[in-house]
Amino acid sequence: MADYEVPKLTGAGYVEVPAIEPGSMAGKGPFVAKPDFQKALHFPSDFNKGQGEGERYELVPDWKNKALAKLDDLRHRYRSLQLYLDICVKCGACTDKCHYFIGTKDPNNMPVARQDLLRKVYRRYFTFAGKHFPKLVGAVDLTEEVVEEWYNYYHQCSQCRRCSVFCPYGIDTAEVSMAGREILDHIGRGSKYNNEIISKVFKIGNNLGLPGMALADTLEGLEEDVEADTGIKVRFPLDEEGAEVLLVTPSADFFAEPHVDGLMGYAKVFHEAGISWTLSSYASEGANFGMFIGSYENMRRIALRIREAAIKLKVKRIVFGECGHAWRVAYSFLNTLAGPFDFLDPKYPVPQHILEVTWGLIQDGKLVLDKTANDDKVLTFHDSCNVARGSRMGDKPGGQFEYPRNVIKAVCNHFVDMPADTIHDATFCCGGGGGLLTDDLMELRVKGAQPRMEALKYVTNEHGVTHMAAICAICKSQFTKVIPYYGFKMDQIVSVHQLVSNALVLQRQVSVQARPDDEDEDEDGDED
Amino acid sequence: MTFVSLLYGLLFYFATFILIGGVARKIHQYWTTPAPLKIPTTPAPVTQKGVVWRMFREVVFFESLFRSNKTIWLFAFLFHMALWLVLLRHSRYFVETGFFLNFIQPFGKYASFAMVLGLAGLWIRRVIVDRVRYISSPSDHLMLALLMGIALSGMMMTFVAHTDIMQVKAFFRGLMFFDWHNLPASPLLLVHLLLVAILMIIFPISKLLHAPGVFFSPTRNQVDNPREKRHVAPWALELEKHNKIYLDEVKHG
Repeated sequence: MADYEVPKLTGAGYVEVPAIEPGSMAGKGPFVAKPDFQKALHFPSDFNKGQGEGERYELVPDWKNKALAKLDDLRHRYRSLQLYLDICVKCGACTDKCHYFIGTKDPNNMPVARQDLLRKVYRRYFTFAGKHFPKLVGAVDLTEEVVEEWYNYYHQCSQCRRCSVFCPYGIDTAEVSMAGREILDHIGRGSKYNNEIISKVFKIGNNLGLPGMALADTLEGLEEDVEADTGIKVRFPLDEEGAEVLLVTPSADFFAEPHVDGLMGYAKVFHEAGISWTLSSYASEGANFGMFIGSYENMRRIALRIREAAIKLKVKRIVFGECGHAWRVAYSFLNTLAGPFDFLDPKYPVPQHILEVTWGLIQDGKLVLDKTANDDKVLTFHDSCNVARGSRMGDKPGGQFEYPRNVIKAVCNHFVDMPADTIHDATFCCGGGGGLLTDDLMELRVKGAQPRMEALKYVTNEHGVTHMAAICAICKSQFTKVIPYYGFKMDQIVSVHQLVSNALVLQRQVSVQARPDDEDEDEDGDED
Repeated sequence: MTFVSLLYGLLFYFATFILIGGVARKIHQYWTTPAPLKIPTTPAPVTQKGVVWRMFREVVFFESLFRSNKTIWLFAFLFHMALWLVLLRHSRYFVETGFFLNFIQPFGKYASFAMVLGLAGLWIRRVIVDRVRYISSPSDHLMLALLMGIALSGMMMTFVAHTDIMQVKAFFRGLMFFDWHNLPASPLLLVHLLLVAILMIIFPISKLLHAPGVFFSPTRNQVDNPREKRHVAPWALELEKHNKIYLDEVKHG
């Protein structure tokens, strides 16, 4: 199946910390972004294709000074970066916490060592000790080799922030790897996967490059599917002005499995609750890849689309679908990047997570649920890293752990949690987050999934778990792709709202929203 | 005034100046550098009070470290708590002793053993655990050596070869009030004080900055309320003001 060794699972429920194998993941990193895509993101694009057999691009002219200038700029704009470059004491508490280190054994994947790739250059050029005693403090000159190391290892970090939970100073490697990628983007080393996707968002509106027409077709198809299934016309509205809710969801929800089953779940929930809603073809993407590359400006540009769509469609609320990175940017940054949202209904938080909506409705007794519809499954739940460690649901700390579990338990009879040190804020990343969900990083993705697979194997053996639910498009895509390497089946991964969709008994015969094609008749009827 | 006393007097003025000035400079830098995004590691407190309590648990009990690694926690906790006791005990060289300082003396005295034990544990770990060995640079070992040297030379004076501590007190009180006294001519004392002065001097340019730094860590000191309260850095506000997306458009246009 692969030309590298797939880690073996023990079923013990935990992973042994491996002995280090220096250089085991040394390499060139993912495919490099072309100048066109760099340009679309406002990054320098004056670099050429390299001569010779390799396909690599050259760095921009005067790259060294530009890299150092960017590092200097970032450390003056981000307290986190400046502080985290200074205060690490190398205690080692983080060294066994990264799923990529556990899976690959490469010591540069230990959070502290990953940070050090940038820190040793920071020291050399910006600190007294590093300028005068480089050897003593482990400071090094910035060379092309160092740049390649950055490119390789900053794309072996999914920015899941598990290390930040365990660091006595809260040092967050995600902040450092984001800065690393931002510097690389400014010297001609952008990653193809991320930057191409962001440029698609700017050009077409979503990560997958689905134009409005295709989207409308897809949604119509889904309406037909649900009707064939239930006999009830559940609307999937697009660009419908005056709807109460603007739903922003990862574009994977429009066609990938099991994502699309989740989308059907949201639609049914809105339908049952009598909440009018709409998607926007202009802001048809929830995920914000600007975060992955540490670019505040691009992240803001992506976020502003949602504001514009909300204003244009005159909605009262913004709700996000099941997407981990989307939810972190939405919950933590949307107000910062694109706020204030004082034009929306102040009764609801901005934005809301679909699980907040659904759990609220369940608590209010607004949904009729038949739990037995999911009796063929024993569920466990994968806390997505960015939801778990970078966001909240509800108004109490930890709501992001409770809401999905509450909803799952409300729609399923059989639920088991994975071992305690692999869930909640100690959750392991799926192995594909943070802009690494690309086939050129397959080995990393497979190995990085090992800790989560160990936990899943444990509950499979001990409690007969058959399915793992997730609330992040990347988790779902990554797992469906990598779990076969570990002997599981891809359809064992499900959306939480897929479970809701299964259990929800539709009572409402007619949708609160008329189809646009029926509109003429309607307007004739209630003319003033 | 002996030459050595003069030298040490000047050394301690210099070290104090570097320590206070350097740390103040760093704190100022951390204070004034914006944290443009809300990045508390959740589950995070939703009130300022909650943040203070979280930081208290972090600074006093090393809560996160306890979760991550019990061995490091044990040695680090031993070392730091013992260090506090020893430092408290040493305050008698600068202020008049009262009931509290007299009470603390024996604790401070025996805490030095815990301090050495903690340091030894941390050092051994740095050598025998392959992961920690990999991330250690010479300065990490030197720092431990320095602290160990300070602890051992101090203990020698307490438990082996006594120094005239009244004279030491006179020297330091003298430095404070510009009324200079001689240091006792004890080699142990001179070694101890030299190492302390070195520690003070390297403090602001080394990883010892973790002491003031931890209070500024956005993942720990931010309130988790981004939906309720808008949080914008000054440089980001500039973008909004000029209706621009990219910072260089603001700078050039």
